[in-house]
Amino acid sequence: MQRPNIRTVDLSKTTLRELNQELHTLNSSTDGAWEILNARGFHAVAVGVDAPVSIDVRGSVGYYCAGMNKQAAVTVHGSAGPGIAENMMSGSVRITGDASQYAGATGRGGLLVIEGNASSRCGVSMKGIDIVVRGNIGHMSAFMAQSGNLVVLGDAGDALGDSIYEARLFVRGSVKSLGADCIEKEMREEHHTALAALLERAGITDVKTSEFKRYGSARKLYNFNIDNADAY
Amino acid sequence: MTYHNPPVTPRKSATFDDYTLSEIRRAAQTGIYDIRGAGAKRRVPHFDDLLFLGASISRYPLEGYRERCSTSVTLGTRFAKKPIELKIPITIAGMSFGALSAHAKDALGRGASLAGTSTTTGDGGMTPEERGQSKTLVYQYLPSRYGMNPDDLRKADAIEVVVGQGAKPGGGGMLLGQKISDRVAEMRNLPKGIDQRSACRHPDWTGPDDLEIKIHELREITDWEKPIYVKVGATRPYYDTALAVKAGADVVVLDGMQGGTAATQEVFIENVGLPTLAAIRPAVQALQDLGMHRKVQLIVSGGIRNGADVAKALALGADAVAIGVAALVAIGDNDPALEAEYAKLGTTAGAYDDWHEGRDPAGITTQDVALMQRLDPVKAGRRLANYLKVMTLELQTVARACGHNDIHNLEPEDLCALTIEAAAMARVPLAGTNWIPGVTQGGL
Ligand SMILES: Cc1cc2nc3c(=O)[nH]c(=O)nc-3n(C[C@H](O)[C@H](O)[C@H](O)COP(=O)(O)O)c2cc1C
Repeated sequence: MQRPNIRTVDLSKTTLRELNQELHTLNSSTDGAWEILNARGFHAVAVGVDAPVSIDVRGSVGYYCAGMNKQAAVTVHGSAGPGIAENMMSGSVRITGDASQYAGATGRGGLLVIEGNASSRCGVSMKGIDIVVRGNIGHMSAFMAQSGNLVVLGDAGDALGDSIYEARLFVRGSVKSLGADCIEKEMREEHHTALAALLERAGITDVKTSEFKRYGSARKLYNFNIDNADAY
Repeated sequence: MTYHNPPVTPRKSATFDDYTLSEIRRAAQTGIYDIRGAGAKRRVPHFDDLLFLGASISRYPLEGYRERCSTSVTLGTRFAKKPIELKIPITIAGMSFGALSAHAKDALGRGASLAGTSTTTGDGGMTPEERGQSKTLVYQYLPSRYGMNPDDLRKADAIEVVVGQGAKPGGGGMLLGQKISDRVAEMRNLPKGIDQRSACRHPDWTGPDDLEIKIHELREITDWEKPIYVKVGATRPYYDTALAVKAGADVVVLDGMQGGTAATQEVFIENVGLPTLAAIRPAVQALQDLGMHRKVQLIVSGGIRNGADVAKALALGADAVAIGVAALVAIGDNDPALEAEYAKLGTTAGAYDDWHEGRDPAGITTQDVALMQRLDPVKAGRRLANYLKVMTLELQTVARACGHNDIHNLEPEDLCALTIEAAAMARVPLAGTNWIPGVTQGGL
């Protein structure tokens, strides 16, 4: 099925450098669709894009795919290596397979959807990004998470939300353990509403918000106090 | 019968000196370790322990005011499409907006631009004032990633991946709640008034192999235009330099243990890391072993105070230096004119180091608007430019006296050491001998 205006780049013929260079010539008034073939685990595929284009990557990618993305809607038809969508500003990134460590690290905005599982440190230091994971997430996820939302339909590993600030975590399955200063919090009406909106944006329709628990900061470590030293 | 001690002068312990005793009492009273700014205050072998030999019959000097002695340096010649050209080899080190006031950052940018050199952002991101005032601005890429975004990355002239700092190699950062103004909170995406921790490790890479991939990503985002520096605290300089080169750095920044900080535990500042003097030769050795000396440039920092220090760092193999504390002093930090105010803070001019508290009477390490207004960025920038000019003249004076028409021709053979320790660390002979401990056998 060939859509009009689709620009196809085959990474077995074009260099990564040429691809990224061309993507950087696009600007906010460019739209259109890109298809990238033979991703073959390349690192830094479609990084630093700042245009409202859609980019379909065929095959699995290495580290930092869609790093610092602005505006673009990137879909990886495969799995992603470490640091997918790191420091994303806006737009969206979707992985149809699994994601390795640090997915969405330090992301500032936009939506990251992982249809498989995510490894450790998912959402580390997140600063406003929304992350939705259909499967499970690994240990130390949402470490020092500052803001944004992390939604997990499966289970979370050890030390979820260690040293968390103001990010909101919603987990449907079990949580192996909570990290320092992270506690379970009440799901109030506003949280059901926010979660429903996140699920809708992620295109997930087969779960109910009532199946989730919410976690966040106890805010006990916000100002250093010697009597809390054992918690660190 | 009672025995009377004959009167003697009361004797204090060298081990338990007054400072040590006061620190034990402070710890016992508060239950918190001491956090402070600035660098190590203990004496460690340093550039003062080296001397230049000067010219003689076998080497002739250059005429002071007439014969050229060039000072320019180009950084980032390895991979970057747009290397940085500086008129002088003295740069301004990364110091964060947050730790420093907006006026102080403004002043540093002005001073550096007047002198033809670069300045550097810090933990906390890039401010428009700083970008505006700095002709050449290096953008730090830190573990916290506070304020990090691709637009500022592209506005920068170079990118510095910070692995560590000399004052606290292996340590993260802490900006205490009292310094978190609305603007600082907004830039860092955290609530106002809470202590802001900066992680000690990068969130999305660990180890040299990942670093290589991270540097590649940054180059791809910025289309291979900008030099990429890697900054390390001095701990294992031979290996860190070699690994940074392997990971694809254009420039290695090596910060010795005396290097300043905005806020770190005293125990860290005084007890972790290698002195600057001991770190330079192993780093240069690594570059030479890889055939990369002068191809990957080396910037050295940590306790650089004057043109002689710069000359000595360059003679040992550095391409440029960076200054932190000295630049702050040049724009007015710890000025004795403010003695009355330092006294009120329980300290004295020259010893004030509670930069994390945000009450700096000089308006430099504060976010308090009234205090910050005391610092005139234009005048302070002028002072910094003057100071940089003096250092450069001093550097040229020494280089000419050693017979060099380019400051980068200074070499270890121009130096001797005053102490055995300095001779061993700098790998130059003890004065009056040809003995380099660990290298030569000694004798005359
Ligand atoms: C107030 C202050 C803030 C600093 N902030 C940072 C920072 O944000 N990032 C960084 O890599 N180093 C930071 N440093 C360290 C300097 O970049 C530099 O390594 C050090 O000051 C050099 O030593 P010197 O002060 O003896 O010249 C800071 C230093 C000072 C004094």
